[in-house]
Amino acid sequence: MHGFSVVLTPTNLALMFTGVVLGVVIGVLPGLGGANGVAILLPLTFSMAQTPEGQTSAIILLSCIYWGALFGGAITSILFNIPGEPWSVATTFDGYPLAQKGQAGTALTAAFTSSFVGALVAVILITFIAPVIANFALAFGPPEFFSVYLLTFCAFVGMSKEPPYKTIAAMMTGFALAAVGTDPVTGTLRLTYGFTHLLTGFDFLVAVIGLFGIGEILLTLEEGLEFRGTRAKLNMRVVIETWKELPRYWLTSIRSSVVGCFMGIVPGGATPASFMAYGVARRFSKDGDKFGTGQVEGIVAPETAAHAAGTSALLPMLTLGVPGSPTAAVLLGGLLIWGLQPGPLLFVEQKDFVWGLIASMYLGNIAGLIVVLTCVPLFAAILRIPFSVIAPIIIVICSIGGYTVHNGLFDVWMVVVFGVLGYFFRKLQYPLAPLVLAIVLGDNAEASFRQAMLFSQGNMAIFFETPLVASITALAFFLLFWPLISLGIRKLRGG
Amino acid sequence: MPQQSAERAAFSQRTAEIGIALVFLLFAALVIFDSVRQGARWLEEGPQSGYFPFYLGVIIALASTVTLVRALMMPAARNKAFVQVGQLKLVLSVLVPSAVYVALVGWIGIYVSAVLFVAVFMRWLGKYPWWKVAAVSVGHSVVLFCIFEIWFLVPLPKGPLERLLGLG
Repeated sequence: MHGFSVVLTPTNLALMFTGVVLGVVIGVLPGLGGANGVAILLPLTFSMAQTPEGQTSAIILLSCIYWGALFGGAITSILFNIPGEPWSVATTFDGYPLAQKGQAGTALTAAFTSSFVGALVAVILITFIAPVIANFALAFGPPEFFSVYLLTFCAFVGMSKEPPYKTIAAMMTGFALAAVGTDPVTGTLRLTYGFTHLLTGFDFLVAVIGLFGIGEILLTLEEGLEFRGTRAKLNMRVVIETWKELPRYWLTSIRSSVVGCFMGIVPGGATPASFMAYGVARRFSKDGDKFGTGQVEGIVAPETAAHAAGTSALLPMLTLGVPGSPTAAVLLGGLLIWGLQPGPLLFVEQKDFVWGLIASMYLGNIAGLIVVLTCVPLFAAILRIPFSVIAPIIIVICSIGGYTVHNGLFDVWMVVVFGVLGYFFRKLQYPLAPLVLAIVLGDNAEASFRQAMLFSQGNMAIFFETPLVASITALAFFLLFWPLISLGIRKLRGG
Repeated sequence: MPQQSAERAAFSQRTAEIGIALVFLLFAALVIFDSVRQGARWLEEGPQSGYFPFYLGVIIALASTVTLVRALMMPAARNKAFVQVGQLKLVLSVLVPSAVYVALVGWIGIYVSAVLFVAVFMRWLGKYPWWKVAAVSVGHSVVLFCIFEIWFLVPLPKGPLERLLGLG
């Protein structure tokens, strides 16, 4: 409770709101990632962090930027099908179609509220069981990491409307694209064919901005020069109406929060968490086959999980000094620069700071929610800007996003190329989501697998050796084969 | 009844399917070729570099061959237009300027290119009066400059104009 008194000074409150607004700007613009934004503003906080109160203020500012970015990524995902952040990709699946049906306000409200719920659950988790959970993260080695990636993949794959051969081709292409560049285990160059530009491989952000963003613009053009969904309702009533609808999805919320917290602590990350939550929600929901056409539940699941993961990623950082996500890594850097040592002692020696941080997590999220909700009509109104003005601006912003990945024009060209590919894939019914998920997970999954093989000298049984890894692997296969299992159960009951 | 020329098919569904399947096959070939070069066996301590990409390439090739065969056998009833001429024109009307814009970025920097790009769109497609075109195109570029260069210190490609103005 002392923590709240630390936080509730006028300066800190002002910093909170500033941080949230900055964070939203960062989240909205692809190219200013959550980690970049926090890293770049870190120097600003040096002068602030000379005193203990100043340190608390500084971390409040930085963490509110972090929350803002978590919220902001959803905005462009829903309005333009351009994920502002990697963890917002899954939000585009149902968020964008919903906006196109003229319900952008509903989609935005659902996304922001779910994010808030996810973050809140994670913060409560951190407050009460920090040390217990932290030890759990230490038990993770390469076999466990691989099983988590396998789980993410199996949770997401399956039950799609597209022709299976095209789905397979798309998915495998994603993995192949992820393999381009430096081999994570041996360090040799793969599939680069001598192009130095490909040393670092194809970046997920580049692929996603192109496939989803540019591809969508090209696709929309066929109907004429305008974006659909411009008839969005622009008043605050939308918020209230959506809130009345959301409690229906309480089970999805809880489930997705659990997924998110798990993936944040484990260091799986917010991006895999959002995909996993979406896949699980689709599998277990009554309206599963309507996912992808604008189901509110399809927004609730990934947003809750992404925020829960983003927030709980701070837990291993605080207690062990092990950051659970790139942005947490930057925050960790900040702590170290200011002279604070993360770990169990932090809770003892710098109590004010830690509890101030935790209190700011609660309040920062509330501040964030207030800011974004009041701006929902404003955001929805952006869709009303005429196409000939907004389309080139979007393309310019996408090009900036592509450029900032590796400071090179090559990636910008790749955005265009992926855009054309995205156009063809969508029209020919090649599914984009498995491809994108494969690019995200590919390198890490392969690295973990091969490291696990090095430990076990090529013995696959390592994935069933400990109870932890065995249960995760078993869960993965269970989710993969669930459609068959449920079909079998139905037949048994009906036949 | 003669169709409007804009509604004619630019190319058919079957052509598009075949084209993309061939692109996948080419990609698969590149992947397989390089993987074999790297070594694609499963050694004692685990798979070689090229092991996984090799099999990925094989799977892609197989799946795309199936798609290709199916496309070749597509019944005429399903072989509608992939995109009509009129639609294709609209798509190209955004795609081509975008490609030109990206090319320009390498020459004159991103901020000036952005001004030109937005200006062209607003004038040519939106038919706005010159003063509005200038205001929005220059204005948005200035805003982006402030956000990226000044506030967030993210360096973006710049060209001769910025050097002249002493902006780096």
